[in-house]
Amino acid sequence: MAPVTDAGIGLVAEEFPGAPVVGPRRTSRPLRAARRRRQRIIRWCVVAAVMAFFVIPLVAMVDFTTRLLSGKRSAITWKSLLHFSTVDEDTRALLSDGLKSSVILVLLTVVIMLVLLVPTMVWVRLRAPRLVRLVEFVCLLPLTIPAIVLVVGLAPIYRGIAHILSTKAIWLCFAYVILVLPYAYRALDAGLSAIDVKTLSEAARSLGSSWPGVIWHIVLPNIRSAVAGACFLAVALVLGEFTIANLLSKNNLQTSLVQLGAADPRLAMALALITLLLAFLLFFVLSSFGSRRRTGTSSPEKRSARKSLKAVPAAGPTIGKATR
Amino acid sequence: MTAAQKSNSARAGVRVQLQNLRRSFGEVHALAGMDLDISPGELVVLLGPSGCGKTTALRVLAGLEDADAGAVVVGGRDISSVPTSKRDMGMVFQAYSLFPHMTARDNVAFGLRLRGQGAGQRRRTAEEFLELVGLDHHADRYAHQMSGGQQQRVALARALAIRPQVLLLDEPLSALDAKVRVQLRDEIRRIQLEVGITTLFVTHDQDEALAVADRVGVMKDGRIEQIDAPEVIYTRPANDFVASFVGLTNRLRGVATGERAVVLDSTVPLLPGSPAAGDITALIRPEAIRLVPIPPGTDGPAFASVVATSFLGAHGQVQARLPDGTLLLARMGVAEVAGLSVNDTVHVQISPNPVLATRTAIEPHRRTAETMSS
Repeated sequence: MAPVTDAGIGLVAEEFPGAPVVGPRRTSRPLRAARRRRQRIIRWCVVAAVMAFFVIPLVAMVDFTTRLLSGKRSAITWKSLLHFSTVDEDTRALLSDGLKSSVILVLLTVVIMLVLLVPTMVWVRLRAPRLVRLVEFVCLLPLTIPAIVLVVGLAPIYRGIAHILSTKAIWLCFAYVILVLPYAYRALDAGLSAIDVKTLSEAARSLGSSWPGVIWHIVLPNIRSAVAGACFLAVALVLGEFTIANLLSKNNLQTSLVQLGAADPRLAMALALITLLLAFLLFFVLSSFGSRRRTGTSSPEKRSARKSLKAVPAAGPTIGKATR
Repeated sequence: MTAAQKSNSARAGVRVQLQNLRRSFGEVHALAGMDLDISPGELVVLLGPSGCGKTTALRVLAGLEDADAGAVVVGGRDISSVPTSKRDMGMVFQAYSLFPHMTARDNVAFGLRLRGQGAGQRRRTAEEFLELVGLDHHADRYAHQMSGGQQQRVALARALAIRPQVLLLDEPLSALDAKVRVQLRDEIRRIQLEVGITTLFVTHDQDEALAVADRVGVMKDGRIEQIDAPEVIYTRPANDFVASFVGLTNRLRGVATGERAVVLDSTVPLLPGSPAAGDITALIRPEAIRLVPIPPGTDGPAFASVVATSFLGAHGQVQARLPDGTLLLARMGVAEVAGLSVNDTVHVQISPNPVLATRTAIEPHRRTAETMSS
């Protein structure tokens, strides 16, 4: 029979020296150390495989941007990026136009998405819980529709928008809001499920808060990490969106890079790499903003409060146990 | 008296009237023409089983539910169409409702901020009210750093800090353990008396209701069956439901003759509303029954055999079976109960306090002492 190694069996002997061992003995210390070492190695192997999956394409991109047709290495592409004014005017105009469009699109998409989704989701949870499934279905629907099909439906709408508003690329924000709905809905839904929205909003209203006040002062601060997650997904999706913009003949960062790729593929690749790294940076900023502890503000007053908390002995049965 | 209490006293004492309130949820009539009149500074408890409409009544008063018909009048003004945020009512909820991202102080100060108070004044007022509930040293703690009882105290301070016209308590103690519940209910009563604010308290716990209320309203099917002082509710219930719901009741057969009835050889006065003649079922409290040991073999309708005895701390409890098979429950002093053993023959004596009687027939061999508390 194989030895049972679960923690707890044979504990009597360890806690009370001299007491008879009941059941199989615990595994010896060297064996446990060997097992831990083996697990650590497996863990690192998995991490290394995953990192390779992400890093190898990035290394390949760097390789491509630094290799000339002759096979020699050259940093000329990166130098030209560092001295951007030396890049020809058409390329600069193309890139700045695409970048500007994408940045504005990111901002508009995030704002419209939050303004549309947060109050709707709160309202449905509080006032029309029977509609929760319907709203979820509507929000998740874009996931099931390929972008190319979406464009077929969007094309006549954008013809109308061109007449009413303009042909500018920034109006792609409406289509992008639809695209980000499934991801943003899931992120916000998880955040709202983690708090008792009904009781908190009723408490706030009984204290005199208006509905916008409830959302701004009570709901949003308590779903901050969910909002940050939804924003990141929206940013990542909008910065990387190519199909709809291209098929609707609008210019954004991705379409600019593709156009640039035809003329100077190394420069386009270098810019794509920079965009990717900026997206990673943004992700870290947003995730650190979202996961900042509620007590983790930097004001001296709050810091001293935290110190005093550590000094105060536990005064209730749940102190120090609850985690959030 | 602190400044907070003084200023609250100045605001305290509005009259609250719920007039013919109706509210339905589909086929369910949560409120079926409910009327309630709360005097200034009074603490009224609505008591009743789950689904009787007590929480709906409180939520309609708070503006969190709209009534289908009827009026909510506070301080002589009809506020039926006034939104919750403008009703000027402080509310403590059953679920913990502290804002998780705020400290206890910020929670208490939240309502004051909405009323445009300056930061310094807000802080001072919040600390005064935290002191009122005994948590001034917990001002910098977040909800997850406090116990349930502490959270409800902060919620009470938050509700009082805005100096509301009316305080609404929606089963604020039901999530707490028994000991904390008793402590906090006494504290709520103390603070309510100090502040003198008109208060509506909803609970399904009859001990809680009887302990804190000026008047208790016992509700059933969306209406108040009886509203009276706690001792009146207990000793002079208006009907069978109130007698059964509040406390334990023995249902014993008897014969009514005018304003009195003979029950197990004892003569007891009948409360108004009882049948004037004929066979009746008397609703008798366990503490109105005394079981006196007698020699074995004695026979008669008022003699019973002890089935079980139990010690309940301050008093003892005895179950005894009558010759017709009916079980009765008696509560007596610990010393008296200690003198009884299982199978002892006892004489049943009923104290001559007024009792309610109904014509309801009772089945033989059934257990008669009952409670309907949920």
